[in-house]
Amino acid sequence: MKTLTTKLFATVGLGTALLLGGCEMPPPESTQWGYRGTGMEGLYNPDRLDELAADNVMPEAIPAVPAVGPKAKDIYQNVQVLGDLSVGEFTRLMAAITQWVSPEEGCNYCHVAGEGFAADTLYTKKVARVMIQMTQNANENWSQHVGGAGVTCYTCHRGNNVPEYVWNINPGHKVAGGMKNQMQNVSSVAAGLASLPVDPFTPYLLDDRNGRHAGTTALRDEGGVSLKESEWGYSLMMHFSSALGVNCTYCHNSRAFFSWEESSPQRVRAWHGIRMVREMNNEYVDPTTDWLPPHRLGKLGDAQKVNCETCHQGAYKPLLGANMIKDYPNLAKLAQPEPEAPADEAEEMSEAAGGMADMTTGGDQ
Amino acid sequence: MSMMSFEKKYRVRGGTLLGGDLFDFWMGPFYVGFFGITTLFFAVTGTALIFYGAALGDTWNIWRINIAPPDLSYGLGLAPLKEGGLWQIITICATGAFVSWILRQVEISRKLGMGLHVPFAFSFAVLAYVTLVIIRPVLLGAWGHGFPYGIMSHLDWVSNVGYQFLHFHYNPAHMLAVTFFFTTALALSMHGSLILMATNPRAGETVKTGEHENTYFRDDIGYSIGALGIHRLGTFVAISAAFWSAVCIVISGPFWTKGWPEWWNWWLTLPIWY
Repeated sequence: MKTLTTKLFATVGLGTALLLGGCEMPPPESTQWGYRGTGMEGLYNPDRLDELAADNVMPEAIPAVPAVGPKAKDIYQNVQVLGDLSVGEFTRLMAAITQWVSPEEGCNYCHVAGEGFAADTLYTKKVARVMIQMTQNANENWSQHVGGAGVTCYTCHRGNNVPEYVWNINPGHKVAGGMKNQMQNVSSVAAGLASLPVDPFTPYLLDDRNGRHAGTTALRDEGGVSLKESEWGYSLMMHFSSALGVNCTYCHNSRAFFSWEESSPQRVRAWHGIRMVREMNNEYVDPTTDWLPPHRLGKLGDAQKVNCETCHQGAYKPLLGANMIKDYPNLAKLAQPEPEAPADEAEEMSEAAGGMADMTTGGDQ
Repeated sequence: MSMMSFEKKYRVRGGTLLGGDLFDFWMGPFYVGFFGITTLFFAVTGTALIFYGAALGDTWNIWRINIAPPDLSYGLGLAPLKEGGLWQIITICATGAFVSWILRQVEISRKLGMGLHVPFAFSFAVLAYVTLVIIRPVLLGAWGHGFPYGIMSHLDWVSNVGYQFLHFHYNPAHMLAVTFFFTTALALSMHGSLILMATNPRAGETVKTGEHENTYFRDDIGYSIGALGIHRLGTFVAISAAFWSAVCIVISGPFWTKGWPEWWNWWLTLPIWY
């Protein structure tokens, strides 16, 4: 009996040790998002917060140059998007883009040495042109999502040729012969390792599927969505969580997920974000598919697309809310024919930076 | 509430933990004792404060009355009465009453010269409550992590805390707790029905004994755990349910801040298939 007890305790002890393996040490940092007692709060490991802060440092801005002098389009040829910038501003932006996107390869990542800057020989240059427009469009037309901080190439690229977090249409995993691929019930990286559907991006961030799944009546009225469609929604939400490093209660009071009245203002920002990303993927990324080289395409031949993580990279706000656009006002709006007073424009942007503190509460919306 | 003729011989002096002979008496069928007095004090005070809290709130709807813990900003300090302080005092009262009840059970057990199995088992239920409103909040650094006192509000809290970890069903201790709760229900229903089928025979039949009970299960599943064994098993599964409930919530936050699905990464990366 004695040895049995000893063995029992040893087994239980070992089991507990295994179960608690990988534990973190208390106390975590906590933050309250809802009325007291509602359980709407975030818990963060301080070590990981330090890592996050270290990973989200803005690079030094290149010193600003005056917007005077001849325009880029008058000096260079084939400047389709940034032609109205002064040559000084244009050169500064090119230098910044090099620093953000191809610090290793330098100018030659987009321009072929000896061919002159005008040639569109490399696909990378054509992609860069589209991406600049995409960035300008996001800053000008999607302030409901990026307002206050804005986005630059660095928001996503962080010194990489291709942003670290992009996605392709998921062709599905291998299944046994005769079995249909359910596109779920395996560990889904997109869904934070849950067994939810493996590709929530195609329906919501490429196609325009609506995320509303809750019925409006106590009993299901006809025309509702299937359980599986709802799980797509949950899968997308898992992606939101891991991309932003937040839990469900950052936006929702889970007693009524659908209710905007009981949700936090961040949910409005996310709603606009879904539509912004959808536009990015359809209007900007997809058209590049035809002239991308095969190694930049997914298994189904589609271009690498944007999701929340592309910009957020684990932070509730990309680069923890740092104002990215104030130093690069040329990316703040779609290229205009006559940028009359760039100095005022810069001032306007720094005011926007002041409003950034409201971002979490959405007060400026 | 008359006393049975034989009951008197069980009403013996002594066995108290505190108070000596002072509270060693009965009121009607109830043993009083020092901890009976403290149970009564804490229960009455706490209930009165709940009524006061309800009166301060904006509803008398029994489902919606809510007495919430303080904001996290108060940390482990005291909060003003109307901003969570009430919750703090009610928590003290509830814990005081529950612990008093355990100790009263101990005194009664000692009086009767019995084991302490009942207070031991009951203390696991109290442990689960204390874990939720004291141990976990202390580990997290704020009383505001406790659950609010209200029928709907505490359910909303449970829901949101679950979603703080994205998908709580992936919490391994929660899995164990749920399994033990279901097993407890299964074991109790099987045991209860077995006793009824043995002791509640049809008219004209005689009451059956333990041999019938054992034979039934031997015929049915090849094994009978026995009259004592079923109670050991029942105690074990029931205590385990409460224990793992406490574990599953105390690890959520203090010892794990990520989503629970992610915890299973160790399984996904086992060298067998990874």
